[in-house]
Parts: sequence; structure tokens; C-alpha cells
Amino acid sequence: MLGFIIKRVLGMIPSLAAISVLAFIVIQLPPGDFVTTLVAQAAEAGDTIDDAKMAVLRQRYGVGDPILVQYFRWIGGILQGDFGYSFEWNQPVSQLVWERMGMTSLMSFITLMFIWAIALPIGIYSAVNKYSFGDYAATLFGFIGMATPNFLLAIVLMYISTIWFGNSVGGLFSPEYVKADWSLAKIWDFAKHIWIPVLVLGTAGTAALIRVMRANLLDELNKPYVEAARAKGLPEVKLILAYPVRVAINPFISTVGWVLPTLISGELIVSTVLNLPTAGPLLLQALKSQDMFLAGAFLLMIGALVLIGTLLSDILLAIIDPRIRLS
Amino acid sequence: MNNRKKPILQVKNLSVDFPIHKQTIKAVQDVSFDLYAGETLCVVGESGSGKSVTARAILQLIVNPGKIMQGELLFESLEGAVDIAQLDKKGKQIRKIRGNEIAMIFQEPMTSLSPVHTIGHQLVEAILLHNDISKAEAKSQAAELLRRVKIPNPEQALNSYSFEFSGGMRQRAMIAMALSCKPKVLIADEPTTALDVTTQAEILDLIAELQKDEEMAVLFITHDMGVVAQIADRVMVMYRGQKIEDGLVQQVLEQPKEAYTKALLNSVLKLETPPMHAKPDAKPKTIIDVKDLKLQFSSGGGLFKKPTLVVKAIDGVNLTINEGERLGIVGESGSGKTTLGRSLLGIYPPNEGVINYTRKTGEIIQIEKANKATLKSIYGEMRMIFQDPHSSLNPRMTIFETIAEPLRANTDMSMAQMRDRVQFLLEKVGMPSEVANRYPHAFSGGQRQRICIARAIALNPRVIIADEPTSALDVSLRHQVLDLMLNLQKEFGIAYIFISHDISVVRYFCDRVAVMEKGKIVEIGDVAQICDAPQHPYTQKLISSVPRPDLKYRKKPLLQTTMAYGDV
Amino acid sequence: MSDSVDLDDGSELLDQQLTSDRMVVTSQWSLIWYKFRRHKLAMIGLTVTLLIYLIAATAGFLSPSVPSKFQPKFTYAPPQTIHFFKQNEMGESEYFPHVLGYKTTVNPESFKRSYVIDETQVVPIGMFVKGEKYNFLGMFASETHLFGPIDKKHPFYLIGADRLGRDLLTRTLYGARVSMSIGLVGVALSLVIGVILGGVSGFYGGIMDRVIQRVIEFIRSIPTIPLWLGLATAMPQDWPAIWVYFFILIILSLIGWTEIARVVRGRFLSLRTEDFVMAARLDGVSEMRIILRHMMPSLFSHIIAAVTLAIPNMILAESALSFLGLGLQPPIVSWGVLLQDTQNLRAITQAPWLFVPGICVVVAVLALNFLGDGLRDAADPYS
Repeated sequence: MLGFIIKRVLGMIPSLAAISVLAFIVIQLPPGDFVTTLVAQAAEAGDTIDDAKMAVLRQRYGVGDPILVQYFRWIGGILQGDFGYSFEWNQPVSQLVWERMGMTSLMSFITLMFIWAIALPIGIYSAVNKYSFGDYAATLFGFIGMATPNFLLAIVLMYISTIWFGNSVGGLFSPEYVKADWSLAKIWDFAKHIWIPVLVLGTAGTAALIRVMRANLLDELNKPYVEAARAKGLPEVKLILAYPVRVAINPFISTVGWVLPTLISGELIVSTVLNLPTAGPLLLQALKSQDMFLAGAFLLMIGALVLIGTLLSDILLAIIDPRIRLS
Repeated sequence: MNNRKKPILQVKNLSVDFPIHKQTIKAVQDVSFDLYAGETLCVVGESGSGKSVTARAILQLIVNPGKIMQGELLFESLEGAVDIAQLDKKGKQIRKIRGNEIAMIFQEPMTSLSPVHTIGHQLVEAILLHNDISKAEAKSQAAELLRRVKIPNPEQALNSYSFEFSGGMRQRAMIAMALSCKPKVLIADEPTTALDVTTQAEILDLIAELQKDEEMAVLFITHDMGVVAQIADRVMVMYRGQKIEDGLVQQVLEQPKEAYTKALLNSVLKLETPPMHAKPDAKPKTIIDVKDLKLQFSSGGGLFKKPTLVVKAIDGVNLTINEGERLGIVGESGSGKTTLGRSLLGIYPPNEGVINYTRKTGEIIQIEKANKATLKSIYGEMRMIFQDPHSSLNPRMTIFETIAEPLRANTDMSMAQMRDRVQFLLEKVGMPSEVANRYPHAFSGGQRQRICIARAIALNPRVIIADEPTSALDVSLRHQVLDLMLNLQKEFGIAYIFISHDISVVRYFCDRVAVMEKGKIVEIGDVAQICDAPQHPYTQKLISSVPRPDLKYRKKPLLQTTMAYGDV
Repeated sequence: MSDSVDLDDGSELLDQQLTSDRMVVTSQWSLIWYKFRRHKLAMIGLTVTLLIYLIAATAGFLSPSVPSKFQPKFTYAPPQTIHFFKQNEMGESEYFPHVLGYKTTVNPESFKRSYVIDETQVVPIGMFVKGEKYNFLGMFASETHLFGPIDKKHPFYLIGADRLGRDLLTRTLYGARVSMSIGLVGVALSLVIGVILGGVSGFYGGIMDRVIQRVIEFIRSIPTIPLWLGLATAMPQDWPAIWVYFFILIILSLIGWTEIARVVRGRFLSLRTEDFVMAARLDGVSEMRIILRHMMPSLFSHIIAAVTLAIPNMILAESALSFLGLGLQPPIVSWGVLLQDTQNLRAITQAPWLFVPGICVVVAVLALNFLGDGLRDAADPYS
């Protein structure tokens, strides 16, 4: 088991490297280097940056260096905790990303748990009672859930709450708790706010996973081992939960590999609409204003988050599936 | 035999329907039979006969959308007589019978055990389900059961997963599970069909032994007349969902009453009476000469890793194939016989050894070194027939397009000439020529195999490598296909390399037989010598394991009287 | 020999019944169509999809106005109802299709404008009316609209107006053009990449396969929207609309090809080991003909299904990117661009009809998903 984990962790390294290259390419993509961007921004604000200062900045960030040197300087800095400097915020990037990424990870995790908690029982019900009214209802919900862009869902929820309750549902905390330290009261306030983004984010994923679970279980339900277990005289409910569900749950768990990326994609938009203090709005802002070190750091960390999530799901999978563990 | 007047299970007028796409398939129609304690009743029939559905109906285990339409399933349960057909199929009462009083084993030992639970878990669960004992007791009982089904290291096997076991071991574990509650009836649904013949013999012996110990009634579903002859006390023959006839095994096998039974037995017995085999030529002309052939498959390697698993599929084979002869290659699964057949065609490049092919012109070509163009030119002279006629015909091409494909690739025939040729070939394989415009889905397995043969002889080949050409077919079709191949040989002088796991077809079809085990040819010789006087221990085991459809090879005593059964 | 599942017994009999009728000479496409037709949702999906593409193609003619025509005095004007009859002076009802105009009142405190239907302002409407100029099917200029106000200066907002007093119906119909075509063209591009890479991967296997598989795995593990956004920042701000359109297309297909490649590879892999392909090889058939004649026909239906299922994802992706302001930009009209207006909570409380393009996205995506699911289920009529 330990060997399996070590192997998987080592296997992450090339992927991480590839993500860092990709993030670096994105940083480099906008026309002109960021010092020119900075100058343009300063000019907009009515400031000027003199040539000497520009030269200093270029020197400091090695703008003129070969691209490989720039990459390794960037990645070397990151390994030491230095993600570069955000010109828009006039702060080191590392001061900006951690809290936001923490919030994003937390929200992704809660949403994932929400999706599993909803999709698993409905998927099982749907498969066992194939073509029943409930199955059709779940299928219909599945299709609509997947067809609705989550930003639209977020706006509709905001619209409804504004019309019906007279207040908007943005944010993750009430104003008095935004700056407060963590406490029971703050957690409670958080719980009161988090369900809307979780609901919005989770709908598409839930819809997809219901279909996945239904299909997986339908495949398993007619397998000989189910029939053999039935021939032993096991009660139906126990039989289904202990055998086909147990087997069908494995591919269900491995969906983390693609559910997590879509969740994070969705998080970006939904947080922007609902104005949540997560990575999304800041990344979008950074991309729009070409604050590329900040954007690059976010891209890198988002990629890492997905990799870690996938790793955890793989480990979980190995724990529950002897075929993976023992091969 | 004791006087057992009352049957333990009476099936009366059972009918099962499958409504599919607006039509109803009557899988079982009005079938009645009795089952007595201690006896083995074989239900025999070809695919589509409804024998499996009948077996499953007894425990109400028919899959959707199948439904018991009528009939009684009267069972002498511990709690008195009960009609199983009247019980709720998910209810408590039937669950008390399933596994406890009537147990079942299935055809697919590879998939009949849960892959994510240990053998022990599944066994203990079955024991605890019907017995009020502690878990520790159940565990020791489970180990004892594994010992009884002759699984080595029972304690260790309890903690193993099914994928760590071979097919035969899994079937033993399944049997252990079925026996866990000492059932009065064991329903065995083709339990040995997926197994090799030597394993089959072991499993059949095991079932017989346990049956004797427990005075258990066994309802044995099979398509194999050989198995019937070896183990059945009584036989019931089914065809298209209906019972054709039943009776003591010696009655049904030796004096069948119904035409269908006679036809079925004839097709089986025909395989037992081989046609005249060709006398070997004094100076045979060799077509293919294989020397020291070795071939390995490796797997498990990664992008930068070396392969971890190496399988020696062929491990030093020497073989010659002469003009116009019929050479059989026999072996169990994994013996390398299919690989050998394909390597003769240059499909798998060997690691070592030489394959010399002598062309009509006398020119000798080394197949393992031949380039694509050379191989292509040889493919007109060496042809192949595949096992599964469903997958070897492209469903998206008409029969004409399929048979004309080798003509198109190797000759300059015009469209009209190809039409004529295809028509000629279809007639040769006994198909009406108007089928040329149809698609393969319009044909049954036997017809498709004829079409495949037509494609194989399209270019007047010298050698045809036939890889299990009859094993996907029902027994009544097998000798038809074999006879067709024999006739074609007479007409065109084709040599056959006939690869099969089935000794009976090999005995019928081949002049010479090579027996393969683990990539090696352990024995080679005339068919009579191999089948009747095998020398190598493996061949001896293989030949003796084959259940012959002839009562004179039977070891188990026959029941002599029908009186014990009252009204039969 | 096979009696593995009970159903075998049944399907064998069914098989024999099928073979007896006209099925014996039906080709794969007829069988697929036969199977597809039984799928009711898929048939609905097909109809709706065809309808939407037809509407998109003839948007200029179908819409009463043109998307760029603005009338600031009708900011957020609410939807009008079509009345077919009017009472004449004698008090009798006569056929006279019309809508009613607006009376504007401005709240003196909040300066919020509100509209009241003005019974006295009658806007006569008709079929095939002369209106704004547009290009029909991009080929010839026309002024004739299927329906609209007789006088093009009169307000006519069947589903309401946007912030600049532009007709939302017109803009939604034109939006279909961009949104639906970006799905189609983007998928065409993904198809080329996907078929080539998936085909190479599946047909040749080996090291190429492993490398391509790693790339696919990697791309699928990256959250798409941040990546799209990152790539979109490379776009110079001053590009003309059509360039932006194609740039977004390329970005979408750079990531969207993986699913198609996966399907193509999977099919190639399973086909490669199929006995009939081996048989063709032993017939001496050339490699090219094996691919084109023996493998492609059974790939085709699967590719079509995969492509159909990829289009809705493209549509969703475009709408998300444009919504965030990093995709298409006005003056291009796409559903995503139109939905940018809904970001303003005040605007949607005042003009909830701004959601209409969103409904269109949902309907289009649903229809394409139904269609694609049906195609996928019917893709292999021999299973």
C-alpha cells in the first residue's frame, strides 16, 4: 500500500512539471512583457515610470533573459515560496493566493461531498428501479442539470432570492464576519452562506454522476456474481448494497479525476457571479488586467489541487478495491 | 436403490415468457418433470432450448423481463410442501429456500464470485445466512468446506480474492458455497462448460462425490452429450422451450423415442465414428516445415519500464505439414495452439526458429523473415478460418463484398467475373447464390461459417488454418461444417491445420494429431494412435478426461429400474 | 455452446424472426435509423436541433429587426402582446394585427423609468414587411422580414428590449447564429485533431499511443475554463470581430478534441483486434483499404455520435467565456454575449426577459444531448 502511494506521488511530478510549463506559457502569452503592461497601467492612472525605473524592473525580473532562464527563475522562486509580484495589488503574489486557494479547496471539497451524497443514492435508486417514475424524474433532472450553465443557475438563484426575499445571496459570510477570526458563530454563518454556491456548483456534477452511477450499477446488476449471491438467499436490499453497489462504486470514485476539474472551472464563474472570496474572481481579474504572475500562480495551484484530489481518490480506490491494491 | 416414491421437486406445466420489443418469446413452454433425492437429472439441449431458463425458474432467478406465466414448482421443503412459483420472488420464504435447501452453481466461474470480497467473506456470509452460529464457527466451517472441495491451504484461501484463483479453483469455491448449508437440491447450470476438459473431469468427479455423501438431488444443465452419458441417472431433452422426452439415461441414449432426440444423438455419434482416414503417402510433399519455433509475449511494461511478465506462448516447436493432409493441433486453453496457428501466417513474429513454406513452384520461403509483399502473395495460398463466425464477418459488408475481397486484392477479375466466382463459391459451400446481397446479420452461426469457408477457398488455397472452426456452433451443426470441409478437400486437395480443444472433432476430422501443452508439442502421431493409445502422460490424461457420449465408457453405475419413480 | 445468460435463449429466437423479414438486405445506416427512431427523446432532439439550425440560418429573415438597431427611449421596454383584432369606430371587431405602444413614466425620486402599455398607441404589424436591411443567408441583401411593424420606426418588442432599447428577439435569433455555428465549426476542428491523433493512437499503438494518451490525460485533468481564459488573454484587444471569433474557436477546439480522440482510439483499438479486420489482412487487402473500407464504416456512426455530444459542450463553453467577458465581445451577438447583461442584478430584476438567451442555451444543449445520446445508442446496430 505504501509502495502504491509512493509510486503515485512520484507519478505526479511530471504532471506538475507540465502544469507549471503551461502556466508559464500563459504568463508569457500576452503581447509585450509585463513591464510595458505596467507602464501602460501607470499611464492610464496618470503616472509615469521613467526609463531608469523600467530598466531596474526589467533587471529585477530578468525580462530580457532567455525564456528558459526566466522559466527556471520563476519555478525556482515558487519552490522557495516566492510566486512573484502582483502589480495590480502591489503585493507579493504569495500573500494573495493562499487564503483564496484555501477557500477554493474547501468549497470544492464540500461540493464534492455534496455531489456524492446526493448522486449515490439517487443513482442506485434509478438503476434498481429502472424505467420507474423516479428513474425518469432523475434522468430528466440529470439532463437539465447538465444542460444548464452554472453561471445561469447562480444568477437565477440570485434573482429569485432578490425577488422573493428581498436580499441578494452573494458572499460566503455576513459582513460582520468577513474580517472576524474563526469561531463557532463564524462557522455557522459560513454554513448559512455556503449552501448556495454548493448547490449551484454541485448541480451539474450531481446530474452527471447520477447518470454515471446508474450506468455503472446497471452494468453490474446482471453480472453472474449478483445472481450467485441472490441464489444464496440474501435479502434484496442487502444483496444490492453489498455486491453490485460495492463494485459499481469504484468507477464512481474514479470520476474525481474529471469532476474536480469541472468543479473548479465552475467555481471560477460561480464565485464571480456570487462574489465569493475564492480564487475565481481574483484569477479572472488578474487575467483581465494581465497581472500575469498572480494569474500564473493561480493556474499552477489549481492544477496542483486537481492532482492532489485525484491522488486522494486513487488512494481511496486502492483501499476499497483489492484488484487495484494487489495487482 | 431405495424406494423413493415421492419426488423432492415436482415441476408442473412450467411456462416462461420474455416480452421483448412488442413480441413475446416463449422461452419455456409447458415443461413438467420430477426430481428425486440422490439422483442426477440432466437437462440437455442446444442453445435456445430454454434449459437454462427452466433451471433458473426453479429459484425464481429469471432475469428481466422474463416471467413465469404458469405452472407449479412443488418442493418438499423442511417446513412442508410449498409451491415456489407462488412465493414472492423477493420475499422471506423463498430466501429461506435459496442457498439453504436448493443451491445453484453457474456456468461462469470467472464472474460468479464477487471480485471485491474475499472467498472467506462470501462463504461465511452464506453460512451465517441460514445457520444460527457464531462468526468464528462459521469461519471454521468455511475452511472445512474448502477442504472438502479440495482447495489447497483452505485457511489461506479464505483470505484470497477470486481473481487470485484459476477457473477450476473458482468453480470449486462456488461449489463449496453452494454446499455450505447442505442443500437437498443442487442446480448446476453448465458448471463445466467454461472449463478445460481435464478440469471438467475433476469438477464432475467432485460433484458426484459430494452428491453421494449428502444424498443430494442434482439438476444438471448441459449441452454436452458426453457429460450426460457419464453422469446422468435420468435425462430430459429440451428443444425450443419444450420438453421433447425424458427417461433413464440408457433409454434416452440408446432407444430415443423422438425424432429430435434421434437427430441430436446422431449428430453426436457421427463425430464418434470417423470417416476413412487417408493413408499417409510414402513420400509426402512437405508444405510447411517448422523448426525450433519459440515465441514470447510480454506485458506489464510502461513507457520507460521493461515488461514485467513474459509468457512463453510457443516454446520450441517442430512440426511439418504435408500436402493434402489434415493435421490437428489439440490443447487446452493457454497451450499456445492458436498462437502457433497464427505464427504460421506471420501474424506474430517468432523470437527464434524457422518457418519454411514451400510454394507450388517449389520455391522455399522463410515466413518469419518474409516482407509484407511476400506474405501478401502467400496469403493467397495459405488461408485461415476463425473460431467465431459472428466476428469474422464484417457486419457492414454484404456477403458478396466479403467473399470478393480476396479476389479483388489478389486477382484482376472484372466485376462480372467476381460475381460468377462468388456464385460458384457459395454453391460449393451449400448456400443459395441469391444470398450474396445480404448482410451477415441475416444468417445463423452455421451459415456464417459456410460463408467464411467460401472466403477461405476463394483463391484456391493449398493450406487452410482452421482455428476452432466448430466450437462456436451447436453440436448438430458441427459435423455438417466438418463434412463440408472434407468434401472441399477431396475436390481441391487442400491441406488443413485444424486447431481445436475438442478431442471428438479432432478424432473425426484429422489424420494426424499434435498435442500441445504449455507451448510444447508433447506428442504427435496418427489420430488412432493418439486417441486410442496415447503415450505421453498428459495426452493420456487429456484423452481420458473427455466425456464420451457412449455408455460403455461410463464409470458411474446405471439405475436399472424406472419403478422407483412411480409414473415414469 | 453459449447459454451464459438466460436472455441468450430469447435473443436467439428473436434473431431468427428478424432474419426472416426485410432486414436481410438492410445496410448499416438503415439499421441505425431503425434503432434511432425507436428512441423518442432522440427524435425530439433531432427535430429541435434541426429547427434551431434552420432558425439560425434564416435569422435575418425571421427577426423583425436587426441586432444593432437601438432606440434608447425604449430601454428595458417590456414584452408586447400581439393583438389580432381591433374595435373599429362602429364597435365591431375587425382583423387588424397590431401591438400596443408604451407610455413612459420616470419616477422623480429614483429616476427609474417604467413603462405602461398605452392603449391609444396602436402599432400595426404585418407579414413580409419592409424593415431594416440585412443579408439573407449571407448572400443577398434584403429588407423583407417575415413579420414586424409596418412602420419600422415604431417600437416592436415581442420579448422585450435590452438596455439600449434593442429588440431582444432579434438579438437572440442572431445569437443562435454565432452560438450554434461556433459549436459546429469548433467541433469540426476538434474532429480533425481528434480523428488524426485518436486514429494514430489506436491504429499504430505503441509509443505514439502512450504519448498521446498521456497528453489527453493531462489536458483532461486541467480545469478548462481557467485554461481557456488564460489562452484568451493572448488575444490582442484590438482584433476585429471575425478574428476573435476564430481565435475563440481555436481555443475551444484545442481542448475539446480529447473526447473525440478517446472515442476514435477506443474504436480503433477494438476494431484492430476484430477477427474481420484480421481476415481482411489475410485476404491480402492493403492497409489503406482496411482502414477506409473495413474499419471506417463502423467508426463513422460512433464519430458522429461523439461529435454531436461535443457540440453542446462547445456551446456551453462559448457562453461561459463570453459571459465572463473574455470570449466574444460586442458587437458580435452570441447567447453568451447577450447573457453578459444578466450580470447586473438590478437589470434582471427590472427586465427578467434578459434570461431568454439562457433558456435558448439550455434548450439547444438539451436537444443536442438527446440527439447525441440516441445516436450513441444506435451507433452500433449489431450489438
